[in-house]
Amino acid sequence: MAKMYHKEKSIQIKSSASALYNNLSVLRIAPRCLTYFTVVHANVVNMVSASWDGLNYSHRQLQSKEGNVATSSSLIMQAAWCVLPSRDLLVLTSQKGIQMYESDGSIMVYWHALETPETPTAQAVFARGIAAVREKYICVGVSSGSVLVFDVPSKGSNITLSEVLEEHTEAITDMASECSGSMECIADLVSADDSGLLCVWKSGGDFQLLNKIPGFDTSCSSLKLWKGTVIAGYGTGQIRLYEGVTGILHAEVNAHARWIYSLDIAPFTGLLLSAAEDSLVRVWHLTITPETNSVEIEHLYNECVTDTQICGAKFCDGDGYAFAVTGYDLSEIIRYTQA
Amino acid sequence: MSLRTLPLLVINMGGEMLYILDQRLRAQNETDDKALRGFWSEEDRKRVLNDIVRTMFSKAFLEELMKPQDLYSHKALRCVLTRLAHTSIMRLNPASMDRLYDLMTMALKHQILLCPRPRDFLLISFNHIDAIREMVTDSPSLVNQINDAQRQIIEMYTPLSDGELQLMRQTLLALFQDFHIRVSIFLKEKIQNPDGRFVLSTSGPVPHGSEVPGLIRWFNSRGREVRRREFPSGGCYTSAVREGSFDISGDRVTRLGKNKYSATSAEDTRTSDTSKNTSKAKQESVGPNPLAKEELNLLAKLMGGMEVWSLAQADTGIRVNLFPTDEDDGGISVGTDEPSFGVINIQATKDHQANTELTRIAAEFTEQQDQPEGPSNKGDDLLAMMDDL
Repeated sequence: MAKMYHKEKSIQIKSSASALYNNLSVLRIAPRCLTYFTVVHANVVNMVSASWDGLNYSHRQLQSKEGNVATSSSLIMQAAWCVLPSRDLLVLTSQKGIQMYESDGSIMVYWHALETPETPTAQAVFARGIAAVREKYICVGVSSGSVLVFDVPSKGSNITLSEVLEEHTEAITDMASECSGSMECIADLVSADDSGLLCVWKSGGDFQLLNKIPGFDTSCSSLKLWKGTVIAGYGTGQIRLYEGVTGILHAEVNAHARWIYSLDIAPFTGLLLSAAEDSLVRVWHLTITPETNSVEIEHLYNECVTDTQICGAKFCDGDGYAFAVTGYDLSEIIRYTQA
Repeated sequence: MSLRTLPLLVINMGGEMLYILDQRLRAQNETDDKALRGFWSEEDRKRVLNDIVRTMFSKAFLEELMKPQDLYSHKALRCVLTRLAHTSIMRLNPASMDRLYDLMTMALKHQILLCPRPRDFLLISFNHIDAIREMVTDSPSLVNQINDAQRQIIEMYTPLSDGELQLMRQTLLALFQDFHIRVSIFLKEKIQNPDGRFVLSTSGPVPHGSEVPGLIRWFNSRGREVRRREFPSGGCYTSAVREGSFDISGDRVTRLGKNKYSATSAEDTRTSDTSKNTSKAKQESVGPNPLAKEELNLLAKLMGGMEVWSLAQADTGIRVNLFPTDEDDGGISVGTDEPSFGVINIQATKDHQANTELTRIAAEFTEQQDQPEGPSNKGDDLLAMMDDL
């Protein structure tokens, strides 16, 4: 069987990737023939900009922030680009709050501090789960289960917290917005938490809860939403495909032998990427026909990253022609391209 | 991240430390060197272990650890573990403690990394606690102390969700990030690669609660399975084995956290640091440490109740090598830019002259107390030095 993907030259990063869910974010900037990558290490985000000809790499490090202090030791939980029609923003979530930067990481445009109790309780406080929704929203999850909805203007720093959604009671793990580009999908956003509960939302001035899909007390650590189908990765190593609005389970995949850390979808082709602590990255093909309500999933390819617990895996383009992988303790971004 | 991690960290690290100390003190009695043999008697060894266990499982100590708080830095953790070791009559100099700490760190990193599911880290902790209980089985009061502590641990951790336990695991992985110290016994058993990274298997039983990868099932709108198909999983997995016991006693099933040093020699505990020390140093320099005050409070509490060896004692230090090895040991060859693999001896002194940093700190916190002499008649003028570093 011919290999579907082959390994390319890795990109070295300044420090190793931390063991965090969804610890890789990719932004493709076609007009400048560049791809940006971010990988979280403790209280720092390593950002690399790679030219498509493979000749130029430039690095930048962003630090977590705390109140008026410019740099902080507070740990970053996640970093992700939010692509909105008018602008791209890089969002960092940490134990102290939420930072938003211009897409190249050069300027911080917004800071939101999390409420912390005066005396420490046993419950950890942090923000985790980032999604850009429709034209103007960035949604971020919190350890209390709240989902913060930020209203983002087309330029400038006048970002405001417009709503707080309170359906989850466990810590938010990940969030995903509809990525097919289709305006016909009713569901815009899905959020997941440590109990495996999935909440499906419609965006607007007031976000509307469309459905609550209960979990089985298994943490859902990574989520995607494509053509109205929720693709959820769990701590048991399973992937489930749900119809977002109705909550009907279409398929269940015994995908990995360990906790899933990352899922990604290539929206133009329906390729799905899953990666877990079991050292494996798998590529699947999804076919969804909303009219007939059918969901097809087919396994295509496995890649084993030896002796590595993978913590991030993302496609580098909308077709799924290339993907990149990060692993705990690894100081490189490993890349694969279709053969 | 998680604010509940410290108790398990200290118990597990402490457990590893006890394994190593126990094994090395036993080995003293088997050494060919007449000058060393019999210096640490069976009674001495037991006393050392009992003293350490008594502190580690004391109510006050555990209470302090169980307060919701961030993990200590490596520096503070090392201080606490050194102080624990020094609640006994044994003295470890800083270099020895460093090496011991490296061993403990890598052992625990291995266990956390290989933990099949986050909840299994509790079973690993229980393996440590079970072994410690065995070590002090002659002392019913200590056994009771341990049982009480274990009940508290069970009460605190078993209700946590898998997600919260994973957060704890991620917090610990952050602490051990970038540590790639090679340990002979791990290299020998092929659980560690020459570059210091641990071997992760893609075969074996899946964790409890998971399914063997390789199956896709489709369901209709009523939840009934309508179709299934297999795919090649690329590994060699089998179904989960039975779950380990989360009770005070019972079969934990996992071997992680059990004593791997019982059959080892000094050779096996050699360590070699592959990491450029800067990466570890960087961890310490991350921002001002807001925990410094808390850590020192804990130490003060410990030391307040502990005997402090007087600094004024005459120099009657007896140095004993915990890890004697042959002089011309070749070591394992490594890449040219790696530091050469030297033999590391851990020196334990049965010493009334406290010369560690901690005792200096102790002096700042507590008043010096006069101490009754330990069993110092055991060959005060016996000197056994094997320094081939």
